[in-house]
Amino acid sequence: MTNHWTDIQNADVVLVMGGNPAEAHPCGFKWVIEAKARKKARLVVVDPRFTRTAAVADQFAQLRPGTDIAFLGGVIRWLLEHDAVQHEYVKAYTNAPFLLREDYGFEEGLFTGYDEAKRSYDRSSWAYQLDEQGFARVDPSLQDPRCVYQAMRRHYARYTPELVSSVTGVPVETFVEICRTIASTAVPDRTMTSLYALGWTQHTVGSQNIRAIACVQLLLGNMGMPGGGVNALRGHSNIQGLTDLGVMSHLLPGYLTLPTEADPDLASYLAKRTPKPLRPGQMNYWSNTPKFFVSLMKSFWGDRASRENDFRYDWLPKNDKPYDILQVFELMHQGKIDGYFCQGFNPIASVPDKAKLTAALAKLRYLVIIDPLATETSTFWQNHGGPNDVDPAAIQTEVFRLPSTCFAEEDGSLVNSGRWLQWHWKAADPPGEAKGDAEIMAAIFLAVRELYRKEGGTFPDPILGLDWPYAIPHAPSAAELAREFNGRAVADVTDPKDPKKVLARAGEQLATFAHLRDDGSTASGCWIFCGSWTQAGNQMARRDASDPSGLGNTPGWAWSWPANRRILYNRASADPAGRPWDPDRRLVFWNGRAWAGADVPDMRPDARPEEEVAPFIMNPEGVGRLFALGLMAEGPFPEHYEPFETPLAVNPFGKRAVSNPAARLFPGDRARLGTARDFPFVATTYRLTEHFHFWTKHARIPSILQPEAFVELGEALAELRGIRSGDRVAVRSRRGEILVKALVTKRIRPLTVEGRPVHTVGLPIHWGYEGLTKPGYLVNTLTPFVGDANIQTPEFKAFLVDVRKA
Amino acid sequence: MALQSLDVRNVSARTSPPPSARTTLEVAKLIDVSRCIGCKACQSACMEWNDLRDEIGVNAGAYTNPPDLSDQSWTLMRFTEEEIDGQLRWLILKEGCLHCAEPGCLKACPAPGAIVQYASGIVDFHEEDCIGCGDCIAGCPFDIPRLSRRDSKVYKCTLCSDRVAVGLEPACVKTCPTMAISFGSKTDMRFAAEERLPDLRERGFAHAAVYDPPGVGGTHVLYVLPHGDRPEAYGLPRDPRLGGVLRLWRSGTARTAGVVTLFSVLVAGILHYMRRGPLEVPPERPGGKEA
Amino acid sequence: MTAPREEVLLRHGNATRVAHWAVAIAFVALFLSGLALFHPFFFWISALFGGGPFLRILHPFAGVALVLVFYPYAAAHLRDNRWLPVDGRWVRNMGAYMRNEHPDVGETHKYNAGQKLMYWSMIPILALLLLTGLLVWQPWIAPHVPAGVRRAAGLLHAVGAFVMFVGIGIHVYAAIWTKGSIDAMIRGTVSGAWARFHHPAWYREMTGREPR
Repeated sequence: MTNHWTDIQNADVVLVMGGNPAEAHPCGFKWVIEAKARKKARLVVVDPRFTRTAAVADQFAQLRPGTDIAFLGGVIRWLLEHDAVQHEYVKAYTNAPFLLREDYGFEEGLFTGYDEAKRSYDRSSWAYQLDEQGFARVDPSLQDPRCVYQAMRRHYARYTPELVSSVTGVPVETFVEICRTIASTAVPDRTMTSLYALGWTQHTVGSQNIRAIACVQLLLGNMGMPGGGVNALRGHSNIQGLTDLGVMSHLLPGYLTLPTEADPDLASYLAKRTPKPLRPGQMNYWSNTPKFFVSLMKSFWGDRASRENDFRYDWLPKNDKPYDILQVFELMHQGKIDGYFCQGFNPIASVPDKAKLTAALAKLRYLVIIDPLATETSTFWQNHGGPNDVDPAAIQTEVFRLPSTCFAEEDGSLVNSGRWLQWHWKAADPPGEAKGDAEIMAAIFLAVRELYRKEGGTFPDPILGLDWPYAIPHAPSAAELAREFNGRAVADVTDPKDPKKVLARAGEQLATFAHLRDDGSTASGCWIFCGSWTQAGNQMARRDASDPSGLGNTPGWAWSWPANRRILYNRASADPAGRPWDPDRRLVFWNGRAWAGADVPDMRPDARPEEEVAPFIMNPEGVGRLFALGLMAEGPFPEHYEPFETPLAVNPFGKRAVSNPAARLFPGDRARLGTARDFPFVATTYRLTEHFHFWTKHARIPSILQPEAFVELGEALAELRGIRSGDRVAVRSRRGEILVKALVTKRIRPLTVEGRPVHTVGLPIHWGYEGLTKPGYLVNTLTPFVGDANIQTPEFKAFLVDVRKA
Repeated sequence: MALQSLDVRNVSARTSPPPSARTTLEVAKLIDVSRCIGCKACQSACMEWNDLRDEIGVNAGAYTNPPDLSDQSWTLMRFTEEEIDGQLRWLILKEGCLHCAEPGCLKACPAPGAIVQYASGIVDFHEEDCIGCGDCIAGCPFDIPRLSRRDSKVYKCTLCSDRVAVGLEPACVKTCPTMAISFGSKTDMRFAAEERLPDLRERGFAHAAVYDPPGVGGTHVLYVLPHGDRPEAYGLPRDPRLGGVLRLWRSGTARTAGVVTLFSVLVAGILHYMRRGPLEVPPERPGGKEA
Repeated sequence: MTAPREEVLLRHGNATRVAHWAVAIAFVALFLSGLALFHPFFFWISALFGGGPFLRILHPFAGVALVLVFYPYAAAHLRDNRWLPVDGRWVRNMGAYMRNEHPDVGETHKYNAGQKLMYWSMIPILALLLLTGLLVWQPWIAPHVPAGVRRAAGLLHAVGAFVMFVGIGIHVYAAIWTKGSIDAMIRGTVSGAWARFHHPAWYREMTGREPR
């Protein structure tokens, strides 16, 4: 979230699209209810189903799964056409005035630079015109045809309400009514918050869905504002912490990226990742990358990392290609992976196409499961009849199960969606032989290190050289790890302006990432967490709920990255002169000498407004990007592409590409895609309040509350197939079949898409062949093995199925 | 006297009124349906606090699970799909005892002490005194109490009388993530409920209303209903009443009169015997009948 | 005065007496348990039945037992309880009869009109009690009966029981009042004199002699 949960109460309009927070985030949803009570906020829900969130919404539109960009592109066009734009904000805080290169263009669904053979773009034309000093050219009047504003106008001219309606299935009147509500926040004293979750990410255009709302929010001047922002509602209590700590195949902690083969040495690595400002005087915060990275290396390797040895850059792995989860299972399916460690993860339920996964897991020599529960993955080799009809004798994979603890059985911090690091304390001892994950990993590490020490092996250096400073080596404590993430001074750290002033003595915990150095004098395991455990102690354990501004900003409650800042880009909540856009939302402001306010200003404290230091400090141009430059795989503007399985034969927005032209599809999986002729209905998967993924079916109360798998069908579809509520039905995709109970509902209606009816089928995912609930099929049996073009999140939200009475 | 918070106002099948010198604050639970998202946290909390575990059943094609209230499910989210004024509405009602001021269950119960109405307004079942006749079920205008198949006792929501007695809110109130359920004095809750109506009316719910049915003397569980003109769409009776049949059936006066009449027969017999003596065969005189 | 050796008539056969006392026991059980449920003043009676819950379990079974015995018993005595012209005379003289004035009530057959009235009132009332009792019988039948029907059933059950208890009360008193009746129901026999006095027509049927 750019903002945070409590801040939702400040919104005038709450747009829920690509999420269902009443269902999936009921505790956070209280702030939507608060916004309705306090600000008379209007709740707008756009979803393929009439959800629990829709049940308390003021406006609802049912759209076809996978058409969010069509809808949002339509909103962008509507805002531009009706001049519902916060002009001063757009001019000063976005790249709307920036001029684009002459060779940038877009035609019939494809941007310039497409290479059909590689299914990827040469993105060099998606860039600004630069002047002699390397700064971007701008036209503050927004009139230049090459400026981003005009390019955006041209791009979305096709997204008329009529075409939007025809593609999404949302009636024109409903669409326009919702546009009006959204547009009401274009004024400085009204804001809209956007709440989304996996309903946007789990598409082959997932990243662009979020880009689209970012554009809407920038046009409306809602970024940085209390009650505004683009707010990802994370699906696990600590999934934000997972990404923060870089537990992704291409990341290092703190959103530093893992080197690739193209980065042979530290200098080239840093050069690529340390941008130069694109406008004069901008903060360009990633210019500090060397400080963050070197401190990370010091944290990894300790005394063994020094300037002389490039801080042991050579000990980091260099990827030859992305090793995202789809890639890994594709390789496993090809028989190229021997062993797999599966920690707190149930891939057979969570990675698409169960049949492919089962075949892949069966090719492993060994599989290690670290989990508190008996997951379906851990028993993938057992025959469970219909739901898992495998021949155990034919599967030779050796499975090790290491029981781990649940959250209440350990100390630690959880990072919530709002980036708050909240410390929690162990409440109970783990049962039986269960151990904490850190303890399990430490035991494995120490044993492996011992083997390397004794037997050598290929490149033992990083293993032997890893800094392991824990008091009990086989059981690092949560506190030790947290202190390590925060970081400490290796040598005395002094103020660059006054070398006599010592900011942190050697060995002391650092107070802020502003104190990180690129000379090896600081170590920090995750630069954005720097400040969470300072010399003053554990900031995450703070529990002061006082709210001095009345805006739900509680600086003494836990600790929020970065720098205990609660709302990102909050400098943008004030106008260029430093006055809050809305006098009732005085979050940060220029007090004549410095930036001040209820939140930690997202700005250099002494940056006078006249200096025109723009608020989006992580971008080298300092402004929010309506045009994403070359950062997105499939284009600088979000463009509607159909899901990989679509009821349509052509993309009504552009003939040259039906589905995302830059999304990766493995050859074997192309053959496993179905067509609308065989699989006429659009399926979408989702979660229910009663369950948490595939965990709570192991707990009795949630199992009582939702005991058995079901599929939601509209009344028209049920009639078409002669199905009644409570019947057992078979849902088939090209990849498999599941048997579930039918729940016939008025809440899913047939949509008219391109003149023809399209039925949506809803598939809640929570059941499997393990646990206390009625044994069931994994919905994953049906899902397609294709992901988002940028980060490969699988397309769980839109695929084709058929439904028949079983 | 025992805990003032457990002072009793009325007891089933009593022969004399309970002590009434002290007055206690009347409490109420307010369920604002317009804030409810049907997450079933209240159902979970009820199970957790009261240590109840219903069966892991089946899905019969509905979100309502378990399918009905039971001895193990004292509260239940009831989901109803309704088209109202051409708009689809997913009505979600937290079903459970309303703790009537004039409880039909208590009126119908023949077992002394099995149903108690505290001065706080909470109507509680004391299952240890329940005889399992189920008359309370027949007496309830809301069809709430459920007879256990295991022990033939009747169970329902206690409004967490054990928690309320020590100054805590009911478990469902504590857990409700959207604060759709609140708890306080009946006066405050009634006020808070009325205060919600202008906002709902402004949002297009012209008939938003507070459900506090006078037919049962008002309740200690109040609902804010966005479609207040159609309580039956949520599964609530439009105008619940105890009704003439129940009143007559369980009329103390009528029953006392019945008992008195019965004993009058006995007394009449004694008097008759005293006055007239037994009917004996008179001594027979040959050739004629007795005089 | 010397009475001749008194003749003895069999008034109630073994089966009749067994059935009567079976009905009587069931009735007493029902009366007491019903009374405990009818008014809290008498709830203490439940102690005689092992407490309230067991009383509640027992009562309907006793009711069914009563019905199972009563109706065959009643059927066996249907012929003797047909309403005859002479019964009108008894009814008209009922006041004097009860005042012990020995009015001329005509030639009474095996049962007098009062007994027949009791007989005919019990038949529908027991049916009513059976039906209404079944409707509220937990846990088997009541759960399938709408609450409104159960309330009405409860009311009718109470009213029916009241009527029955009043009737049975009269019956019991009449038996105590009419000397020889209880003996008749215990031993089965009555004296010829008793029969001649109370049921002359029956005496004639039984002996072929005139009741003088």
